[in-house]
Amino acid sequence: MGRSGLLLKLELSSNPEMLCVVRHALGQLAETLGFSSAECRAIVLAVDEALTNIIKHAYGGEAGRPIRAFFCRIEVPQNGKQRKALEIVIEDRGKKVDRAKLCGRSLEDVRPGGLGMHFINECMDAVEFRRGLGKNQLRLMKLLDGPNPEKLA
Amino acid sequence: MQISARHLDKTTIFDVSGDVDLATSPELRKALLHELREIRTLRVVLNLKSVRYMDSSGVASLVEGLKVSRGLGARLILYGLNASVREVLQLSKLLKIFEVYENEEQAVSP
Repeated sequence: MGRSGLLLKLELSSNPEMLCVVRHALGQLAETLGFSSAECRAIVLAVDEALTNIIKHAYGGEAGRPIRAFFCRIEVPQNGKQRKALEIVIEDRGKKVDRAKLCGRSLEDVRPGGLGMHFINECMDAVEFRRGLGKNQLRLMKLLDGPNPEKLA
Repeated sequence: MQISARHLDKTTIFDVSGDVDLATSPELRKALLHELREIRTLRVVLNLKSVRYMDSSGVASLVEGLKVSRGLGARLILYGLNASVREVLQLSKLLKIFEVYENEEQAVSP
């Protein structure tokens, strides 16, 4: 699979103990790209939650299933300018994800669970989900150079 | 993640360190629920000063502990929240439902 601007590619198994490894690598990558400390924490949280969802829901807690993550430097047109951004694409071969659940639940309902998708949406500037060829694909994007006034997706 | 318990009068203080995520949050949940349901401790304090990272799994464990504590007439108290933990609780709009203090002295005061 060819991806321009590819910075890092990770192939991991659906083992919860791998999450801390990904967090450390991604935290370093985001810092190297120039994201602020708060932005680095947001990116790390979003990817951790995405991987957690794959392990828990797409693979039903089964360890040893494949997950691939691509981290790319991209440029995004916005208001006539090109803005630098980090694009993250995460793929799994688990069961089809219920799109309704991707919206996140109401936060008025105080109960355990169901917060992961809400965190992802809050932390990233664009969140897109696709299903095809037996794969779930989640694309996340975070703009570099300060806050984004309008979400792009 | 590591978790250890200290006992102070009728209070149990859990010192938690490391990352609280999908892999480790079941241990935190188990310790909290055991202390509340089995030991029937009326005040459980979580020292989160050394927690580097918490995700939604960790938040879910805290929420479950809070709900159980309320059902039993007990208190679940948090202190020492760093930026990472504070941010996830703010993102989930749950910070206001917890009893949160800056330090242990405040957390264990009557």
